[in-house]
Amino acid sequence: MLNHCFLCRNEDLKEMLESNKESLKLEAMKRIVGLIAKGKNASELFPAVVKNVASKNIELKKLVYVYLVRYAEEQQDLALLSISTFQRALKDPNQLIRASALRVLSSIRVPIIVPIMMLAIKEAATDLSPYVRKTAAHAIQKLYSLDPDQKEHLIEVIEKLLKDKSTLVAGSVVMAFEEVCPDRIDLIHKNYRKLCNLLVDVEEWGQVVIIHMLTRYARTQFVSPWREDAVFDENSEKTFYDSEEERRVDQSKPYIMDPDHRLLLRNTKPLLQSRNTAVVMAVSQLYWHLSPKHELSVITKSLVRLLRSHREVQYIVLQNIATMSIQRKGMFEPFMKSFYVRSTDATHIKTLKLEILTNLANEANISTILRELQTYVKSQDKAFVAATIQAIGRCATNISEVTDTCLNGLVLLLSNRDETVVAESVVVIKKLLQTQPSQHSDIIKHMAKLFDNITVPMARASILWLMGEYCEHVPKIAPDVLRKMAKTFTSEEDIVKLQTVNLAAKLYLSNSKQTKLLTQYILNLGKYDQNYDIRDRTRFIRQLIVPNEKSGALSRYARRILMAPKPAPVLQSAFKDRDRFQLGTLSHTLNSQSNGYLELSDWPAVAPDQSVRIVEVVEPVKEAGAPLLGKSKPGKSAEKFYSDSEEEEEGSSSEDSSSSSSEESESESESEENSDDSNKSSSSESDSEKKKKTLKNKKLQQQKPDSKDRYWSHSVQSHLFFLNKFLVVFKFNLRCIALLLIIITKLFSIHIVLSFSNQFVASCRCSLLRLCVFLACQFDAVSWHVRVSLQASFPVFVPETSHELLHRMTGKGLSAQYRFTRQPCIYGNSMVSLQLTLSNSSDQALENIHISEKSSTGQNIHHFNAIGELHTWTCGSVLFSFSTKEDEFSVSIQPAVGELLVPITMTEADFTKEQGLSVWLTNDRLGTGNRFKNSHLLKYLKRLICHAFLLCYWSMPFLSENF
Amino acid sequence: MIHSLFLINASGDIFLEKHWKSVVSRSVCDYFFEALERATEPENVPPVIPTPHHFLINVLRHRIYFVAVIQSEVPPLFVIEFLHRVVDTFQDYFGVCTEAAIKDNVVVVYELLEEMLDNGFPLATESNILKELIKPPTILRTVVNTITGSTNVGEQLPTGQLSVVPWRRTGVKYTNNEAYFDVVEEIDAIIDKSGSTITAEIQGVVDACVKLTGMPDLTLSFMNPRLLDDVSFHPCVRFKRWEAERILSFIPPDGNFRLLSYHVSSQNLVAIPVYVKHNISFREGSSQGRFELTLGPKQTMGKAVESVLVSSQLPRGVLNANLNPSQGTYTFDPVTKLLSWDVGKINPQKLPSLKGSMSLQTGASKPDENPTINIQFKIQQLAISGLKVNRLDMYGEKYKPFKGIKYMTKAGKFQVRT
Repeated sequence: MLNHCFLCRNEDLKEMLESNKESLKLEAMKRIVGLIAKGKNASELFPAVVKNVASKNIELKKLVYVYLVRYAEEQQDLALLSISTFQRALKDPNQLIRASALRVLSSIRVPIIVPIMMLAIKEAATDLSPYVRKTAAHAIQKLYSLDPDQKEHLIEVIEKLLKDKSTLVAGSVVMAFEEVCPDRIDLIHKNYRKLCNLLVDVEEWGQVVIIHMLTRYARTQFVSPWREDAVFDENSEKTFYDSEEERRVDQSKPYIMDPDHRLLLRNTKPLLQSRNTAVVMAVSQLYWHLSPKHELSVITKSLVRLLRSHREVQYIVLQNIATMSIQRKGMFEPFMKSFYVRSTDATHIKTLKLEILTNLANEANISTILRELQTYVKSQDKAFVAATIQAIGRCATNISEVTDTCLNGLVLLLSNRDETVVAESVVVIKKLLQTQPSQHSDIIKHMAKLFDNITVPMARASILWLMGEYCEHVPKIAPDVLRKMAKTFTSEEDIVKLQTVNLAAKLYLSNSKQTKLLTQYILNLGKYDQNYDIRDRTRFIRQLIVPNEKSGALSRYARRILMAPKPAPVLQSAFKDRDRFQLGTLSHTLNSQSNGYLELSDWPAVAPDQSVRIVEVVEPVKEAGAPLLGKSKPGKSAEKFYSDSEEEEEGSSSEDSSSSSSEESESESESEENSDDSNKSSSSESDSEKKKKTLKNKKLQQQKPDSKDRYWSHSVQSHLFFLNKFLVVFKFNLRCIALLLIIITKLFSIHIVLSFSNQFVASCRCSLLRLCVFLACQFDAVSWHVRVSLQASFPVFVPETSHELLHRMTGKGLSAQYRFTRQPCIYGNSMVSLQLTLSNSSDQALENIHISEKSSTGQNIHHFNAIGELHTWTCGSVLFSFSTKEDEFSVSIQPAVGELLVPITMTEADFTKEQGLSVWLTNDRLGTGNRFKNSHLLKYLKRLICHAFLLCYWSMPFLSENF
Repeated sequence: MIHSLFLINASGDIFLEKHWKSVVSRSVCDYFFEALERATEPENVPPVIPTPHHFLINVLRHRIYFVAVIQSEVPPLFVIEFLHRVVDTFQDYFGVCTEAAIKDNVVVVYELLEEMLDNGFPLATESNILKELIKPPTILRTVVNTITGSTNVGEQLPTGQLSVVPWRRTGVKYTNNEAYFDVVEEIDAIIDKSGSTITAEIQGVVDACVKLTGMPDLTLSFMNPRLLDDVSFHPCVRFKRWEAERILSFIPPDGNFRLLSYHVSSQNLVAIPVYVKHNISFREGSSQGRFELTLGPKQTMGKAVESVLVSSQLPRGVLNANLNPSQGTYTFDPVTKLLSWDVGKINPQKLPSLKGSMSLQTGASKPDENPTINIQFKIQQLAISGLKVNRLDMYGEKYKPFKGIKYMTKAGKFQVRT
């Protein structure tokens, strides 16, 4: 009956389709689409529908397309009727019509038209319109899935399309590449740099695909940026400020990142700001798998941001964070609070958050985490409570300091009213006790007392096992428990019965006098149990422990078998081995390799030929990299500094007077002079000679490639390298100093801040080298506690005077001066930037000027600590020493207080607010200050001082000049 | 990538299916139903479900499961993000995204899905392009269409996909040119029993409604851009400009869009605008429990706290609650044990309170869990982080647009533990 009705309706639709009225046809098609959407079969209408494929009405046509794509597979012969229409449309002058024709044509899964599709794709791949080419890229995958034999031809098309420079095409063709020939890495070489540069402008979905592909590519083409020694890895978040050079210097064989590798990292970084969560995740996994460890921290914030997104997004992101947090706690530790559980979270989100919190636990934060876990235990979601107890157990085993605290906490939970909670705690306590049983016989006693009230089988079994295992520690109680068990044996669960048998056996061996009869009673009960497992176990135990004539040698070893020390179970994260999968993939989420997963290869030991990526055709200069570097603020300050030093030099040193007035001419003349110079001094030491040559070469290199961006990273690299000869970057201790970075000449301004000018004077035989270095120092005693909401303003006045750091007499020719630039420091609010001018006034070239690490570290760590305890704020000084090849000079910088302050512009209202705050500080906190430990007091003092200065600044805005 | 999509309603019926490659039988959803049965709450269904031949990735929005069928490796977030984008598009088109709305507009839905994916790969997800392709249904248009027989499908194929600014269509014209920006900040906080803040952070968004003729180029600057710690932008924002000058420079999409979402740096202390005094206790042995709750304003910068809504999941042992609100109305659902109290506006002179008793199951022991209290509120004309828009400039067009900025602070996930 129903069927009949349906047929009737279909008849009705057929009539409508065959009518002349467009509106009727449209109505019919709409109803048919409704049927398709519901999953009902409408295939028999095919002949009637397909006639309308050439309709003028766009909506009607589109609906026919929908129908066609859905049913063509089932009605192949009839579908062929429509092909000619598409073939005609493929020649249409309108690009959008061409594209849509190709789209539908390629979606019709009819094997006969494969050659037609192939032809259409080849033609579309050379179309003038990028939109049509994009459609062609999509069609490649469709054809490939329809007929894999076409692979070779399709690869040709892919190769052609990969060369495409349009952002529209890039994403789709890489998708096709991934689907058809992911192993043909060689096709990527020539397009690698282009893809990196286009990436920002590709549409978001394409970005995801390209980033994943490039991650795989990079792992095959570049050498590992990860250093071997794990110690460094541990600290690498803290040594955030370490520059790249340091790593190179430290390593015996210096690692130089391939410029292409760097290009990829640099160009993907802005995408962390994308609104598309998939893009952010893709970039994060790229950094995780490719970046040097110390650069990883950039992804943390973005990942944490994703946690605000939908539940499903949270789930995936948390999983990835869980995997990351096992290897690198430090990355997420500052964001620990973002993983606190809310009662409204879904259960799987809660457990993932717990997992992460447990991973992040260390000696420093464990008390906070435990306090948080304690509140979770009271949650209404019992599955979650059970997971929490497990987590507490893991914390307790991982961090030995808190094992006792955790145990006590868990013992308290034993009196909880909820059974699952109690059961879970018993199980966890059992595991914990196994690690150190001797000290905890009272806990075992306590559990024995609770035994009567616990009904969950797993928990009962656990207690029985504990009794048996540690019966020596509770010699009085264990037999009593066994006695109780003998009474209730028949009504227990199987798992409890098994453990009762175990307990009986163990007691029999250790205390047979008291328990012999009991054991035999239980063994007899077990012998006639319904469960064969229990009968088996009983029989086995009886043979083992009760000596009789039949039992052989085994029973002699019964004690050693049953009472063998058992290794404690290791409680570890479920995400421990997930990192074998690439992050962000489906396989990682499911923790099993899914269909089509492409494994990340290990880094090659030796980098494959880099030149394969060089493209012969000179490309127009891309904007992509340049502005990022040129425009950024530090660059500016560096530039400014450069001109400053220029003036200074002219004023101070008379020998320099010949140096040119403008920078451009200087750099050019310089190189000439330089060559003169090297000719003249050819008799002098070969060492200095060599160096000058390198210098000169560098100069030349700089000048050449200024506009071709693909070269610039090369020359920067060589510069960095060169600079290493002079300056060893150093760290005093993690908190106090970060340093020294790179170069500015006319041609180069890099966003890192060191600037450096060299001048050779022809008249003078000796080489005079002047070097300016920007230092960023943190004077530990006072750091900015100014609230960030107050915007630091630029200094009104920057004094030109510089202070002597090292006199040329003491320095045997090397003199050093320093000056506060009063620029905001790029390394963070708590640092002060410092300009250091080094000059050589001796006859000989000074080599290898660096800030010596050895002396500085030892001395300074000590020194800083001392300051910390003195509570001084006036004169935190930085001590370090300069070394040249032969000599070492110790120097110290004592900043005036004023140099350590940030100038601030604020409105009167803000000022009053701040003032109020500091008043509150003095009144309240200082009064009760005694109660705080010294360190706390110190903090308050610091803040107070800062506030005081804030006030100063307000009342005397020009005070800064006097400092 | 994405093979098929199934839409499943709360009662477990598949009410729409769409396939982009060959047809996948709907029986694949049985694995999903299994997972659904296992989950205690609708939210607890795992987002990724493996089956022998496929993977099901689902999102739950508006009580509808959007289940995508995947056959091979694909980044799961890619699919999840796309599904959410589909829901957003539906919402944009139909106002609401309900089963009824989707069923009523099944043809438009199908047309949309057809345009959004090609062979499982996202093609056009930008709402401006889609709206050019397929006009959103309005009552007027439906009436006109039935009379004249014209269609919803745009006669002209969209230009947006080809342009360098795919998010904006060409030839936009308005008689009144206006640009409105809403700065909306949400406070996420966990407050502990004693009233101290365990964690609090501010997340904000700048939503825009821009109705400007032609191709305007806007720049928006903040008084205090340093507040913004972590930002994510609409693709129209020029990232380099932001990096260098902390200025938002963009050619806006037409209509409503989210320009920016941000996170306020965590060093800043977050002002918590409300406080809660609570006393929820159960006595051992008695079948009564006490419930007292008082709300009050705190650090609101002189602005009123409005649309306050308090909700709390009471322990399972609570049978009923007999409470007396000093203002507003409260409801208690004895089945789900959900207490919600619609407070309205907080009057600092007369603090709203909810007091009374709860009746417990007789004989049952006192519940040992403490309910958490979730609070929602709104504060108009205040961005709690102190973020302020400095100015908005327009280049590229001659006319003078009308500009407006609105600030609002809301509670995000604001929980008080008791």
